[in-house]
Amino acid sequence: MKEEAIFSGFGGQGVLSMGQMLAYAAMKEGKEVCWFPSYGPEMRGGTANCITIISDSLISSPIISTFDTVIALNQPSVEKFEPKVKPGACIIYDSTNIIEPPKRKDIKIYPIAGSEAALKLKNLKVLNMVILGAYTQLKGIVNPETVINALYEILPERHHRLIPLNKEAFELGMDLMMKLV
Amino acid sequence: MGEIRLMKGNEALAEAMIRAGCDAYFGYPITPQSEVIEYLSREAPKKSKMVVLQAESELGAINMIYGAAGCGKRVMTTSSSPGISLMQEGLSYIASAQLPCLVANINRGGPGLGTIQPSQSDYMQAVKGGGHGDYHLIVLAPYSVQEMVDFVKIGFELAEKYRNPVMILADGAIGQMMEKVELFDFIERNQEAPEWATVGRRPGKDRVFITSLFIQPEKMEEVNKILQAKYREVEKKEVRYQQLNIEDAEYLLTGYGLGARICMKAMEIGREKGYKIGLIRPITLYPFPYNVYNELAPKIKGILDVEMNAGQMLEDVKLAVDGKTTVKFYGRMGGMIPTPEEIIESFENHFIYGGKNV
Repeated sequence: MKEEAIFSGFGGQGVLSMGQMLAYAAMKEGKEVCWFPSYGPEMRGGTANCITIISDSLISSPIISTFDTVIALNQPSVEKFEPKVKPGACIIYDSTNIIEPPKRKDIKIYPIAGSEAALKLKNLKVLNMVILGAYTQLKGIVNPETVINALYEILPERHHRLIPLNKEAFELGMDLMMKLV
Repeated sequence: MGEIRLMKGNEALAEAMIRAGCDAYFGYPITPQSEVIEYLSREAPKKSKMVVLQAESELGAINMIYGAAGCGKRVMTTSSSPGISLMQEGLSYIASAQLPCLVANINRGGPGLGTIQPSQSDYMQAVKGGGHGDYHLIVLAPYSVQEMVDFVKIGFELAEKYRNPVMILADGAIGQMMEKVELFDFIERNQEAPEWATVGRRPGKDRVFITSLFIQPEKMEEVNKILQAKYREVEKKEVRYQQLNIEDAEYLLTGYGLGARICMKAMEIGREKGYKIGLIRPITLYPFPYNVYNELAPKIKGILDVEMNAGQMLEDVKLAVDGKTTVKFYGRMGGMIPTPEEIIESFENHFIYGGKNV
């Protein structure tokens, strides 16, 4: 098993955390993991992204240019990374936010109304958890419970009161994906 | 088995420092390695008696290292390219005074103030001296977060064994990326100062004196001979490298650090296309594994050296090969990272299509 994914969006949308949570959960399940963030000027107001690779065996390059899964939370990310989806692979995007959806015919496209779902929970910041839930449901690479448990270990204790809300968002994302596939 | 964590390269390096019983860290923040001093400031007081000090500048930091190393303490500093340039004078003094210390350079794109993106453009500075005078640093090149941990331990051991500064030469990507790491347990060290340390005159012994000033040329030459003898021993005993798929290889990719990781992927792609590609990764950049290349060269149709610079290790690869096979180069500069696909394209252009499309 090998998954080469990229999470992308605006700085502040929590795309780096999404990749990190996935990497952490996969590590807990005994996988090899590698997480590589974009860092630098593009993080301030521009787009941010992280490559997350999960594998049963040792991972070679952390730098890759085509992906099994692209997760796009804003328009520039769709434009930048849709061409980099491997043929037959998939893109998941926030269909509330993104006006021009992906168009390629040789890939699977999954629109998830993530921002709308997050607004229902009265906190736009959990958009990343909605989409991560949808991703987890679709790919089945990690157990959803491992991701939720990972939150307790990754987040500092002062943020633990927010975990139930994050869990709710995550499950909402899983439901949205279940309706699509 | 040690503790397993998911860590950034810079944080793993800092945690390894604490666990290796490092007595003091002196440094000055610079992207892409500021997490080192951030992590140490937060974690070291909880776990050790380590001194963690933000110096007024890189010049301050390296001279604090000089002083503390002279007292027989286990010390380390980290920086990135422009900061490491500022430390060169101090490193030359430390090498001349034969003191152990560990320095990490989380290389970013240059020249000048440059960019904060990863680069390997400080190879020459690291392995060929960097400062003035005939000296060498022992240079280790990690290619994973795990090696950022392991090389701190090995680095201190080498520094103390040879009384010589050791450099960990990584890059911004290795510093910023997260991987699974296994941490070694906390090391209990003998705290007794070595004989050469300036910790006050011992009863019945001569005064201990550390200097790099030997004004009489006869004496200065003697010191140089001692250093050179030490370097020959290091070259004989401390070469480290990794080989992959050498057995049936017709071609070789070579690179160090992140470059080698990307080459591994390029090798996988190339092998799927039917090219018999192997890989050599130097782990010590000084001492460089010249013999490994030299012995393989006659059996190989060609070597593609891949670096994130304009071709610096290339000179050592060519020296090693000594004309016994063709050596070509592919590199990106200024903070750009080559992709595995670019490497295979360059490989095909040079070796399969006979250089016609280069």
